[in-house]
Amino acid sequence: MRSYSKNKSPLYLIFTFLGGIVLLFIVAPIAGMYLNTSIGSIAETIGNEEVRNSIWLSLWTSMAGTILFSILAIPLAYLLARNKFPLKGLVNAVIDVPIIIPHSAAGIAVLGIITRDSFLGRAADSIGFKFIDNQAGIILAMAFVSIPFLINSARDGFTAVPERLEKIALTLGASPLRVFFTISLPLAWRSILSGFILMWARGMSEFGAVIIIAYNPKTAPVLIFERFTSYGLKYSLPVAGIFVGVCLIIFILMRIVKKKN
Amino acid sequence: MLSVENLSLQVGNFNLSDISFKVDKGDYFVLLGISGAGKSLLLESIAGLIEINSGNIFLREKNIFDEKIQNRNISIVYQSSDLFPHMTVFENIAYPLNCKKESNIKEKVLKAAYHAGIADKLDRKPETLSGGEYQRAAIARSLAAGNDIFFLDEPLSSLDSKSKSELRALLRKINRSGITIIHVTHDYEEAVSLANKIGIIENGKLTHVAAPEEIFKHPKSEFVAKFIGTKNFMRGKLKSIQNSDLKEFIFGEIKIFCLTDIPDGGAYLIISPEEIVISNQVQLSSSRNHFKGRIIDIAPAKLGIEVTVNIGYELVVLVSFDALSSLGLEIGKDVWIDFKASSCKIYN
Repeated sequence: MRSYSKNKSPLYLIFTFLGGIVLLFIVAPIAGMYLNTSIGSIAETIGNEEVRNSIWLSLWTSMAGTILFSILAIPLAYLLARNKFPLKGLVNAVIDVPIIIPHSAAGIAVLGIITRDSFLGRAADSIGFKFIDNQAGIILAMAFVSIPFLINSARDGFTAVPERLEKIALTLGASPLRVFFTISLPLAWRSILSGFILMWARGMSEFGAVIIIAYNPKTAPVLIFERFTSYGLKYSLPVAGIFVGVCLIIFILMRIVKKKN
Repeated sequence: MLSVENLSLQVGNFNLSDISFKVDKGDYFVLLGISGAGKSLLLESIAGLIEINSGNIFLREKNIFDEKIQNRNISIVYQSSDLFPHMTVFENIAYPLNCKKESNIKEKVLKAAYHAGIADKLDRKPETLSGGEYQRAAIARSLAAGNDIFFLDEPLSSLDSKSKSELRALLRKINRSGITIIHVTHDYEEAVSLANKIGIIENGKLTHVAAPEEIFKHPKSEFVAKFIGTKNFMRGKLKSIQNSDLKEFIFGEIKIFCLTDIPDGGAYLIISPEEIVISNQVQLSSSRNHFKGRIIDIAPAKLGIEVTVNIGYELVVLVSFDALSSLGLEIGKDVWIDFKASSCKIYN
């Protein structure tokens, strides 16, 4: 790797100092969380079935939502990357709406389409299925707040694939579907995987939208909240520490996998 | 094989207008033009990569103007970056065979790779290939596609001279095997060494289609004239003069007397620099053309000195070093230019 001479101007030092404060701001609370928790209490909490179930529930529901919605989101991302159509700017803006609205409001919005008064809720009710206080509702709430990460990342990935390669594949006799699966998707895969990880990570840590839809079964963020409000900081810290640890391990592993790809 | 009729299209502010030409089976047709002339656009529009506004494209006697790209059976090779980067050379060459669900794919890939001279690099990823190897792999893939017509868009532009000449030999071999080639380039030498028919494209218009000898013997564009080193090339109008055997060649504000039997109308004129006389005063002689102008450049030529005189057109005159010093010619000096009506080469 080429090395450049370091900029030794005072500006560089000031920026380093300011940047250091930001990094400290991110790292310190998380580190503090672990420093204030004894190993014994963490071990005891891991042994608690309710804690284990809540973490597992968070992981699999978020993964299910990510997989399920990627089937819908990836084609949309491709359309946004390749096609010009009326109101495309509006569509792009709509995709980002779940990021900017309060997540409790997002939960209420999702609740609106799955209550028994709604079409979807009635249809589900008629076959004896319910979204509220159910894993299906949790999946919807998690997907709603996290899907912009996948769509945006996949769209950027498809945009970066040279259109010429797709056209060359067509001249070689490939159908548009074949071009998508053999050229566009493999070449955009890195960005799609990145969006996939972000959506999953964002979904599993969702609290505001999930608690509106399903207080039970408890996901890890809901359990942390319940322990905090019922028993206080000391009792909620080990659960929080374990869940954050699990999230970090997964996040690091996925980044390694992505880098190797 | 291919017949393009009145093809027009607009991309942004650029137009390809009313383009018509025919390419016979087995032809090596080179579209020659400067960058931005519309060569690649024309190629891509015939291949279906860009939608045309009007016109017809007959390929293998079938109108394909609204045919899907994948059904046109035209192979394209670009200057670079057209191999699929996530596949090996083998997978790239096998791609069209897989699309057509052909059998004996390995055998066919090897055959195409041998033909293109890339059989020893089949396991390599495109990014590890040299420029020449990369283009050979792209050509092998086109061969594997089994199409009888290849479009090549500046395929040799990014290669060193050794690879260029090797690739030219390969392209000639492919053409001799019966594959029709349409090759886009801005390189005059490339055009001459490969084509049996050349089309000159300027500002989105196909201005001249002919055999290479004809194109370069009688250039019809400033662009070609410059390529072949022709000086003093003008495109203007020829007009008869009453009661005279001379004709007037009108080029902007300039009128030049010529001795020619070419009919009146649009024509081209070339005056050889060695046929022009330069002097400090107007000469009384058999020359019918006298112009006053100012020297704007003096540059040594292979033989003698080239003096450029602005007479409303920058006319190049070839003089000896001896004449230059004895006449005291220097930049900024006003001089007289004379040449005979019979020294004007006129054609249409």
